[in-house]
Formats: sequence, structure tokens, C-alpha cells
Amino acid sequence: MAKYKMHMLVCGGTGCHASDSDMLFENLKKEVQDNNLENDVQVIATGCFGFCEKGPIVKVIPDNTFYVQVTPNDAKEIVAEHAIKGRAVKRLLYTDPVKKEQIPDSKHMGFYKKQLRIALRNCGMIDPENINEYLAADGYEAMGKVLLEMTPEETIKEVMDSGLRGRGGGGFPTGLKWQIASKNHADQKYVVCNADEGDPGAFMDRSILEGDPHSVLEAMVINGYCIAATKGLIYIRAEYPLAIHRLKIAIDQAREYGLLGKDILGSGFDFDVEIRYGAGAFVCGEETALIHSMEGERGEPTFKPPFPAQSGYQGKPTNVNNVETYANIPVIITKGAKWFASIGTEKSKGTKVFALAGKINNVGLIEVPMGITLREVIFEIGGGIQGGKKFKAVQTGGPSGGCLTEKHLDTPIDFDNLLAVGSMMGSGGMIVMDEDDCMVAVAKFYLEFTVEESCGKCSPCRIGNKRLHEQLDIISKGNATEKDLDNLKNLSNVIKDTSLCGLGQTSPNPVLSTMENFWDEYLAHVNEKRCPSGVCKDLIRYEVIAENCVGCTACARNCPVNCIAGERKQVHIIDQSLCIKCGACLEKCKFNAIAVI
Amino acid sequence: MTKIKSLADLKKMKQELQSQVSLREKSDTPEGRVMVRVGMGTSGIASGAKQIMEFLIDEMDKRNVDAIVSQTGDMGYSYAEPTVEVTLPGQEPIVFGDVDQKKADDIIEKYIKNGELLDGIIPANYETIDKNKS
Repeated sequence: MAKYKMHMLVCGGTGCHASDSDMLFENLKKEVQDNNLENDVQVIATGCFGFCEKGPIVKVIPDNTFYVQVTPNDAKEIVAEHAIKGRAVKRLLYTDPVKKEQIPDSKHMGFYKKQLRIALRNCGMIDPENINEYLAADGYEAMGKVLLEMTPEETIKEVMDSGLRGRGGGGFPTGLKWQIASKNHADQKYVVCNADEGDPGAFMDRSILEGDPHSVLEAMVINGYCIAATKGLIYIRAEYPLAIHRLKIAIDQAREYGLLGKDILGSGFDFDVEIRYGAGAFVCGEETALIHSMEGERGEPTFKPPFPAQSGYQGKPTNVNNVETYANIPVIITKGAKWFASIGTEKSKGTKVFALAGKINNVGLIEVPMGITLREVIFEIGGGIQGGKKFKAVQTGGPSGGCLTEKHLDTPIDFDNLLAVGSMMGSGGMIVMDEDDCMVAVAKFYLEFTVEESCGKCSPCRIGNKRLHEQLDIISKGNATEKDLDNLKNLSNVIKDTSLCGLGQTSPNPVLSTMENFWDEYLAHVNEKRCPSGVCKDLIRYEVIAENCVGCTACARNCPVNCIAGERKQVHIIDQSLCIKCGACLEKCKFNAIAVI
Repeated sequence: MTKIKSLADLKKMKQELQSQVSLREKSDTPEGRVMVRVGMGTSGIASGAKQIMEFLIDEMDKRNVDAIVSQTGDMGYSYAEPTVEVTLPGQEPIVFGDVDQKKADDIIEKYIKNGELLDGIIPANYETIDKNKS
């Protein structure tokens, strides 16, 4: 049996594939065989390295040599030099763009700094159901340091100096929030972890709780010590059964070790955590609504002030922070505020976790330093758009945010920049759209969500969003006039200005930002009664292209309403009066004989 | 379990646990054991990670492969779930994506037994913090 001494990893991602990585792969294999090295050197194709800009990539292990922009013709040299003589092929090494030096191995490449895992440091690294693995990864050390060696004031100052801002979406400085809560005195105070992640397409908090629940518990104890609260509550939606299961195990294990409970580590400080379940309402992510829901009241927001820091859970001072915010805290304590503040941009420090979803190749969870550009996130880490289609927009901030387009691709991502371009950071969902997505339909989708999730307490949100949705529906059916577009804009602004809580104040954002960036598309729906992306059902029709149709009957057999007629080997015809525009025929046709018009 | 009563206790415990881990992972001796981690977040489990984990445990037991199989959280590669990370003694961890039963079988037979890599491994493209230094 072969026991390989060397592996050559050839990137088989979409980007590299487009620049002939498959030919390179074949050539390398052939060269290895020609030199009788097939028992020593294994050539394999890998998933995307996320460095598509410099593709195709070849990485050689065990020495981690990293070759960039390798062409199929380079195969011979790589095998002759590297595999046989053991010398790296210098001209193919990556040159650092700043230092102008060649970098021999991947560990020293700045590129790998594109993703930096702080909040996700243990996710996918440790067994979340075993506290010992968390302890081995420096777990609870920050808590020990704070409880025994620091005063609450010092700890709050450290968090303030780090520049950490709330990761739930608002971006309020965490240290300041703690300071305010610490200054309100009461017989009982509370620390609340907001795990009511409700944005469609977002799963950052769920992944942290499932992958590293102890980091959140540890941070809650630190938070409790800082504001003199002895009770912690985690508000989590019941739709996250695995996260709840692992949190329960984590709480039990921490109690058994005495890391939660009375007199933690002999410091004299008591703290314990309980879980509260939510029913999965979007509005309960708003802190006042969340608190009411925990009290057993309806999950409706109330006017601020009073802020929870003054009068929160059971009327007592309460500090509410998001899961990801908490996950950053232990590292800030162990590595120091200065270290944390050295990452990110001037006003947004540290990293942000994003859930990449939509028409992107590498759907998944990423953590990047603040200040990275959308281009780097989408085209390098995300591996570009599925099927080589054209990028159209990306929605950040979920139903409260807005869409960003090609012209924003090079904007550094941080709290303030995103607000300035009409979107927001939000909790971190990033939904990527390609040329096939209709922006009117996208706005309508988000409005449908907000209409459903509005708690109904204030009229601008309850009635206004419903009207917005109706207007969008009329536009998508081709029955609107330009005057309706003006109305849409005015109503959006009124809802923003007059709603009680963040849900209504932000719900028209998808409408306003798609109108701002894709005005032409709205006009096409209104004036030409046409959906340029071929999405809005009432404005499109499916037709058979006679010259391509071979009469295979695939479309007719798959049509759910039997509206396609035609003999075998004859051109088929779609009966437009019966067609429901489901697109099944388009999907099944192998001859490009169905067109969307 | 005994309670941890002071910071010194906590640090001592951490050191013991860490040395156990490094003994297990880093030693290149025959006693060094293979570590297999299966990504078991919600998305992993939904794509079949549980079955893969059971398969790996059963099969390695049957085939006398000495390995520690454990679960971990979401590695972030949602597009390639289920994901399995294998660390051979003395080597860098390798992440395999889209692991079905056939691939799990290949991981045991080809990678764990022979050090032979499989097509479609996922290159790590992130940096994590060095926890001990500030």
C-alpha cells in the first residue's frame, strides 16, 4: 500500500476551476506518474481556499508551500523541482502586496487574517458538552481573574476601553451599558442574555450556543459581578432545541464545578443562570419586549425611557446583551482591551460574525475583522456567486436593513459605514442576491415578514406595514402608477418616524433602499408592466421557443396543471390562460426551449 | 465532580487538562491517538452528522482503529455539511466536507489507515486567536 510522503492540494473551487485548475490537476497527476512518484506523491482536488483572486492555488504539504496563479504548464516544473529536488518553485510563491516579499508557506500569509475567530474561537474546536474541553481552552480563566483580581470598576473600564459594541444590531457601546446599569442601585439586579435570534437567514447566536455555551455563561458571571447582579437569565427561542439542550448541560456542569452558584472560586460572589423560553417572535429581540415576555406578559415593547438599566425585569435594573457580545468578553479580559481595540476600524472594534446565505458558493458562518470590504467577504471568503452569475445586491441587517449594491462593494464594513449607505450591521445575516432576483419581490418578502411579526401595539407599524405590503403587491402585479411609488416612499418615511420600537422604525428600510438603488426596476414594473428579472408572476409568461423544441414531452408530463399540449416530436404549446407560472417546464426542459418573457 | 474552589485550583486543573490533550494530539509516537471531530451543530445534524458519527464509532471499533471520536459545534462550512475533522498524531487537522457513509468509509480506510488524502477536503481559511499571549 502506498504511504504518501507529499500531498499536492489543487484548489477545485469554482473560481480556480474557471482558470483551468482541472487541467492543472490532470497535468500534475501525469507528471507524478511519469516520474514514477505515484506511491510517494498524492495529487488531490480540494474545496475552495477562499483566495480566488490569486487562483489557481496549489498547496504542498507537509511543508505548507503555497503556490498562486499556477497554470497547467507549471505542473512539470513543480514536480521536477519540488517533488524531486525538494526546492520550492520561487516564481510561483505568493508575494506580500505590502512588504513585497515572497512568502514561502501559508501560515505567514496575510490572507489568512481575512477571517479572525474571536467569538467563534472554540466553535468547531471543542466538545460543547464537555466542560473539561472548555477549561483546557482557557475557559473560566477570565472569570477567575475578574472575580479575584479586579474590581467591578476596573472590569467595566476594560470593556469600555476595548470599544466593544453590541453585536445584536444596535451597536451600543457595551461598557457604557454596563456602567449605567452598575450605577442604578437596587436590592436585586439582573443580567439577561438575548438569544432570540430572529432575522431570516441568521444563525450566528445559535452556532455560538451550540458550539461554545460556556463562553456565554462565563461572560454573564463577569457582567453580573460588574453591575452587582446575582441572577442571570438567558432568553432563547424554543425553536433552538439543540442550543437549549447544550446550554442546560453547560449550566449543570458549571454548577457541579462550582463555577456557577454560591461563592464562586472563593470570591464571595454568588451568581446563577436560568433559561427562559421564547415562542419565536421577532419583536421579542427588542429588549423591552423581551423583558415583558420573560415576565409572562405579552411580548410587546414599551416606550424608553425608562431603559432596562433603570427598570427592567420585575422592575429591577437589568442589563441585556446579545450572545455574540458576550462571547467576546472573556477574550477581552484575558488578552486585554488594548489588544481588542487594535482590531477593526476607528469606531467599530473587533470582529463580526456573519451568516452568509443566498446565491453564494460558500454558504456558512464567517468571522471577520471590522473594516473588511464586502468584496472580500463575498468574492474571496464566500467564493463568489453561484453558477458564475452576476452579483446584484446583498441584504445586511435582515428585514431591518437595506441592500447594498456593486457600488458599495469596496466600502469597509462597520457600524457607521453601513448606516451611512442606508443599511445597517444588524445581527449579521448577509443574504446575497444575483441577477435573477427581483428587488421588488425582495422588498415584498421582507415586508411579508414584518407584517407577520409586528406585535400590533402601535398603529404605524400594524397598519402602515400592511399598507406598504399591499402597495408592493400592486406594483408586482403591474397595476401601479408612478404616483403609487411616491406614496410608497412617503408612507415608508412616516412609519420610520412614528413607530414605537425598532421593528417599525426599521421595517421600511428594505423598501427605501431597494427604491434608492434599483429605481429603474420599480419603474419597469410600473410603466412597462415588466419584471426585468423574470420573477413577478403576473408580469411574465412562459413560452415555447419553436426552433429549439424537439417534442420530448418532458414539459407536458411535468406540468402540474396540464396546460402544455403537443404531440411527440412536435412543437409544444403552453395554454397561457391555464398556466400558473410555476416554472416546472423551464426546469425540466433540456433543450433550452422554454423562455421567460 | 469536585468543586473548583480557587483560581489556583482552576489553573492547575487547566494545566492537567491541557497536558492530557497535548499528549493525545501532538505526540507522534504509536501511543498518539487519532482524533476525529464531527461537526454537530443543527445544520450538521440536519444533514446527517449523527449517522456519520455513529458509523465512524462502530466501524473504527470493528476495524480495530484506535481513535477518539467526539462531537463539536458548527465549523462554519454550512455548504459542505456534514463536516468531519481528523487529526492524525503529530499532524495538522484536516477537514473533510460533504461526508456521507461512503466518504466516511474512505476516511477510515484511506486517510486514517494510510495517510492518503481524499478529494474535496476543505482548506482552513481563518486565523484564530493565540489565547495565551496578549
